[in-house]
Amino acid sequence: MSSAQIEIQLIASLVAIACAIPGTFLVLRKMALITDAISHSILPGIVIGFFITHDLSSPLLILLAALSGVLTVVLVEFIQKTGLVKEDTAIGLVFPALFSIGVIMIAQNANDVHLDIDAVLLGELAFAPFDRLLISGTDMGPKSLWIIGTILLITIGLLFAFFKELKVSTFDAGLAAALGLSPVVMHYGLMTVASVTTVGAFDAVGAILVIAFMIAPAATAYLLTNDLKKMLLLACVFGVIAAIAGYWLAHRLDTSISGSMTSVLGIIFLTVYLFAPNRGYFSVLYRQRQQRIEVSLLTFLLHLGNHEEDENERHVKHLNEHINWQKVKAKSVLDLALKNNMITIDDSIVSLTEKGQHFTTEAIDYIVTNKNSEIEKMKDRFFLFRG
Amino acid sequence: MENKIAVQIDDLTVAYNYKPVLWDIDLSIPEGVLMAIVGPNGAGKSTLIKSILDIIKPIAGSVKIYDKPYKKQRSLVAYVPQKGSVDWDFPTTALDVVMMGTYGSLGWIKRPGQKQKKAALEALEKVRMLAFKNRQISQLSGGQQQRIFLARALVQNASIYFMDEPFQGVDATTEKAIINILKELRKSGKTVVVVHHDLQTVPEYFDWVTFLNVKKIATGPVKDIFNDDNLTKTYGINYKVSVQQ
Repeated sequence: MSSAQIEIQLIASLVAIACAIPGTFLVLRKMALITDAISHSILPGIVIGFFITHDLSSPLLILLAALSGVLTVVLVEFIQKTGLVKEDTAIGLVFPALFSIGVIMIAQNANDVHLDIDAVLLGELAFAPFDRLLISGTDMGPKSLWIIGTILLITIGLLFAFFKELKVSTFDAGLAAALGLSPVVMHYGLMTVASVTTVGAFDAVGAILVIAFMIAPAATAYLLTNDLKKMLLLACVFGVIAAIAGYWLAHRLDTSISGSMTSVLGIIFLTVYLFAPNRGYFSVLYRQRQQRIEVSLLTFLLHLGNHEEDENERHVKHLNEHINWQKVKAKSVLDLALKNNMITIDDSIVSLTEKGQHFTTEAIDYIVTNKNSEIEKMKDRFFLFRG
Repeated sequence: MENKIAVQIDDLTVAYNYKPVLWDIDLSIPEGVLMAIVGPNGAGKSTLIKSILDIIKPIAGSVKIYDKPYKKQRSLVAYVPQKGSVDWDFPTTALDVVMMGTYGSLGWIKRPGQKQKKAALEALEKVRMLAFKNRQISQLSGGQQQRIFLARALVQNASIYFMDEPFQGVDATTEKAIINILKELRKSGKTVVVVHHDLQTVPEYFDWVTFLNVKKIATGPVKDIFNDDNLTKTYGINYKVSVQQ
């Protein structure tokens, strides 16, 4: 690995972490769409900043761009508060307006400035190592590494200081307000961090792909854990994996680095979505199937219990006619009951065992009374009661 | 018992987009009562609580908690919002939600420690949810979630409790358990204000009641003012509730 390669991966990893932290809270606040808006509407800020400084990595430019990001949020909320349109419409109204102002400003001055929209929106990570930070002639490394590193340090500092406030205002803004932990300050603080991160990262991955780094790792982590701290940590890990794997994928295919990174993010999400242990697609499918079988089993056992006296009702052949089940289903239920020693079959007549009887009363009792104490034990054995 | 005033509301008017939802409310809540706020949908019951707690800014009027503005008295007040107002899929545990009740006394930046955890565990014990402390909150039943919210308010160890429909979507057992805790709070001299929907249970559960429908209709002891006259005034239709006294 050349030092440029290491630098690129380092920059991308820092971007991934800096995005994952505000991204986690944005996902939990159901505000993913606002990052989309911010990523576009920082353009006028970038353009104005560039006219003034002629330097894409100047702090003034970052500040101006972040301001236009926060302005987006303010405008969206203002329009929303009129009650005339809903939030998504308000977002759709605001960011194209701001973005188009940026586009017009660039087009009007196209002859004078070296700033094109592609560079802002898509970024070019491969060039990042060429733009060095020189302090009195000494090479301090790539400029973007310093920019994103600074942003990341501030973000982590804020996260540690205000974790509790962020958590409570995200979960229950009403309580946060009543406790005096101003959720409004948290809201705009988070929006400012998201805007600054977007600006700081556009040099590396481009303003649009920042959205992917904010949302995808957080959404993936959300499927895997029930703990906010773990969710933050997992989001950072997924982001870094995508950054590094994406880089090598691009290297291998000789294609866009940021495009590859985003694709890897998509693949990671898809994999977790399909295979996550509790909320994953296959896991849910399996659970639903098990629940269906268990409901059938219960229906079947109940039927047996209700017809203890009448052997005709308990004849194997009769069962699928009476309960209206297909042969296959009837057999799988019968097998399940047999396997669990809940029934005995004697000369084609099915009878409940003591265990089967006990199970039936217990289960019916739960379904009727919805008492919790009894069922906690059964939850381990049967999916039916796991909600 | 009824000489001290816990909450004093004067000329309170609240509006959403210039449409008043609460209109010139004057209300004194005496210390030590267990009070129900009743009224039809859209009467402004939740809004009243939220404006007392400074969550919604009124356009006129004042709220005093023991003679001082709410901002100076936060530590005396606990709040149980409507269960539906939060996202129960939020990645956190029952214990963690109860711990949030301690955030107010902690103030900014400081983190909860062992002392806060102990208080939260005690509150969980009181609502009989200790066994579920590490359970993810989406895995709890509606009644259990409500108990968690109650525990979160208990941990605040306040003097005045405001609860927004604590009996919504809970089973009869939980409802009894919650009301018993509320009655215990009153016994220890706390003031409890509850937005309540089930008129049948008002005489059994509460000793004080406020009728509200955008304007205040009446307020006072249940035995004096919980009658068909006030119910009709509040709900608009001819109301007949068999009140067992």
